[in-house]
Amino acid sequence: MRKALDTVRGNVLLKHSLIALLAAALVLLVMESVSPFRQGQLAMMAYYAIAAGGLTVLTGLSGQLSLGHGAFMAIGAYTTALLLQEREGALPMIVIILIAALVATVVGAIVGVAAARLHGPYIAGATLALAVAVPGIALHFSSVFGGEQGLNVKVPEVPRLADDALYFLTGTETSTSEWVAYSAWFLLIIVYFLLANLSASRIGRRWRAVRDDEVAASLAGIDLGRDRVVAFVVSAACAGVAGALLALASRLAAPGSFSLVLSLTLLSAVVLGGLGSLLGALLGSGLLALLPNLATSIGSSMGLSDVKAAELSPLVIGLTTMLVILLAPAGVVGSVRQLLAGRGPRATTAAAGTPGAGADTPTVAEPRG
Amino acid sequence: MNRWSRKAALATSMVASAVLVASCGAGGRSESSSSDGAAAENVPGVTDTSVKIGAHFPLTGVAAPGYSEIPSGAKAYFDYVNSKGGIHGRKIEYIVKDDGYVPTNTTQAVNELVQKEQVFAIVGGLGTPTHSAVVDFLNSEKVPDLFVSSGSIKWGDKPSERPMTFGWQPDYEIEGKIIGKYIKEKMPNAKIGLYLQDDDLGADGAKGLKQFVGDQVVKEVKYTPGNTDVAPQIAALQASKADLVVGFNVPSYTALSQLTALKLNYKPKWFYTNVGSDPKLVGSLLAKFSKGAVKDGNSALDGIMTTEYIPGVDSADDPWVKLWTKVWDEQGKDGELTNYRVYGMSQAYAFVSALQASGKNLTREGIVKAIEDGGAKWKGPNKLPFRYSKDSHLGISGVEVVEIKKGIGEPLQDPMVTDLGDAEIKPDSGTAEQAPNESGLPDDIKGAE
Repeated sequence: MRKALDTVRGNVLLKHSLIALLAAALVLLVMESVSPFRQGQLAMMAYYAIAAGGLTVLTGLSGQLSLGHGAFMAIGAYTTALLLQEREGALPMIVIILIAALVATVVGAIVGVAAARLHGPYIAGATLALAVAVPGIALHFSSVFGGEQGLNVKVPEVPRLADDALYFLTGTETSTSEWVAYSAWFLLIIVYFLLANLSASRIGRRWRAVRDDEVAASLAGIDLGRDRVVAFVVSAACAGVAGALLALASRLAAPGSFSLVLSLTLLSAVVLGGLGSLLGALLGSGLLALLPNLATSIGSSMGLSDVKAAELSPLVIGLTTMLVILLAPAGVVGSVRQLLAGRGPRATTAAAGTPGAGADTPTVAEPRG
Repeated sequence: MNRWSRKAALATSMVASAVLVASCGAGGRSESSSSDGAAAENVPGVTDTSVKIGAHFPLTGVAAPGYSEIPSGAKAYFDYVNSKGGIHGRKIEYIVKDDGYVPTNTTQAVNELVQKEQVFAIVGGLGTPTHSAVVDFLNSEKVPDLFVSSGSIKWGDKPSERPMTFGWQPDYEIEGKIIGKYIKEKMPNAKIGLYLQDDDLGADGAKGLKQFVGDQVVKEVKYTPGNTDVAPQIAALQASKADLVVGFNVPSYTALSQLTALKLNYKPKWFYTNVGSDPKLVGSLLAKFSKGAVKDGNSALDGIMTTEYIPGVDSADDPWVKLWTKVWDEQGKDGELTNYRVYGMSQAYAFVSALQASGKNLTREGIVKAIEDGGAKWKGPNKLPFRYSKDSHLGISGVEVVEIKKGIGEPLQDPMVTDLGDAEIKPDSGTAEQAPNESGLPDDIKGAE
């Protein structure tokens, strides 16, 4: 058994596959035991986490700070909405999500080429402009994108095969919103699986090299520009998938959903959890998806008026973010890792294989430039 | 080879155990859902002593000032009704969720109301973009979606597509028609400039208006909500020599247009939609935007024309306003009675009328039928009757053209009623607005059975 464990530990691909399978089983268990409303919240957490996962790779590993990931989500969402105007003859959901990812990838490549020439705050500025501009495009071409009201999404029926498969596993019928939640979580697992492998691969090592020292990286023969663009493209594709899922879960693509606040929310999810760590991105997304509602419910149950209870949630989110940054500057996961690393006997080499282990030092949060 | 097979074995065993864990209690598909039939008798959110309803409003964020007061008004009236014993013995439990005027949040809020809180109906959900996100969901779940707080025509023009949804306030198109006809008759030589919000509000309003004065319009400008610089638009109106500007816009853009026109020394006559003309709110916004250069007060909007469809706080002698004042004194929490709270109370009154009309045996289909059958005849604070029928779920059927003098709307003509398209515009001197009952409840409406 010990030998088997060693094999697993030594082989990154095998280890990630096993984690992914266990996660899938856990998703089935959790999803079946919660109410439809919680399933909706979980779907929200999943699409936040997919986008935040892409962002944490971009910012934490390749060192480019994007304030515009909401724009890529908008692109994914609008692509989905345009493809799902009619329920009749619509493409299968997974194909639509892939198309959404592809469109976001193309736009990400264009933006990435521009961003690769920029440094730190300048990338942030350029992507910020993108976050402001994209919803504006939707408003301007209102005949195509539906203006302020956006486009309604006709969520496709649950495919027969998936319905039967889920029935076989869980013994209950699957509603469309439940199916969207399942799809979101399975896609989350696939995306994280790919991202984790990518960051443990040669490309991930190159990203870290570029992030930590550009001069040294180029002397070692790394093409800085190309690696930066690849990081941007990967990250934009994740945001595209997330946007598609957002459109499916909220049955709508509207400019109001993709304000600057969304981009900043993604960034704070990444920072809360721990920059550069996928687990951190998941954790941060969970906090941001569930905390506002929790705060409001607690507020109402303590007898606050509706308005007061509603005002509680931005306050709690703000305070939580401040507390995390003050008390655990490397984010939740980053700080826990630091603690473990501090206690364990020189655990740095063991940690190198885990996704985003490069984020152990808080200094990476500061973009160079 | 050996190493690979060991890996494979390990992986297989892990997968097998994962599937095993996940599949507890599963198996083939056997149809045994007959017990659901009996449970269907229970109407969600309804007991013998209570009915639970929900709403989504912007309680935080940019749209919160003003709009967040609407549910506090509605709640005060529901509490008032509850203090009188409720309707058919049922007390109204009213849950408000914040969506911050962000459509994605609206979906979450309504999911929570319908799936977790199990409300009987959604009452007064606010906003065209926000409510658009949930209207199809509510209809597919067969949840009554009553009295949407928005003047878009899509809540009521096609009841066959959205059988559970009802509008409430006059839609922008009929408001535009009535304004257009008034201008045609009283100001036939005016050169009209249109100042439009770039969505349903502007588009529907302009459509109605142009039915009558399409040839008088010399310039049409649009603004996008969020962009606070309207100088190019106002300058374009000024250059076109328009001497009457008709605005279909929200309150903050009334203030912005007034301020910009002051700067450009442009002095046309102004006519704003009801949506954008609350004197108190616009006055305070003017003071805020101009950083005090324009004094907070009602005089800034003097001489501006607009429309009304329910009596507001400025008509202190109106019997309905007296009722609202009494309700707010008894049940209100913080703050004073405002036009937004009056709006909430007036809407709440319509819902209480619908409850009363549905009778003792309250069901989701029943309340829809009760509104379709009797809603057009209900008495209420609305100056003009509702248009509810099997073929139309549109709300109040017209508006009254008024001019603002010292913050009070003075009628310029009788209230007018009309409908979408070519429907005639005719005077209607308040068939809906009669004094409320002594009790303050619509208890004279006959319930079903």
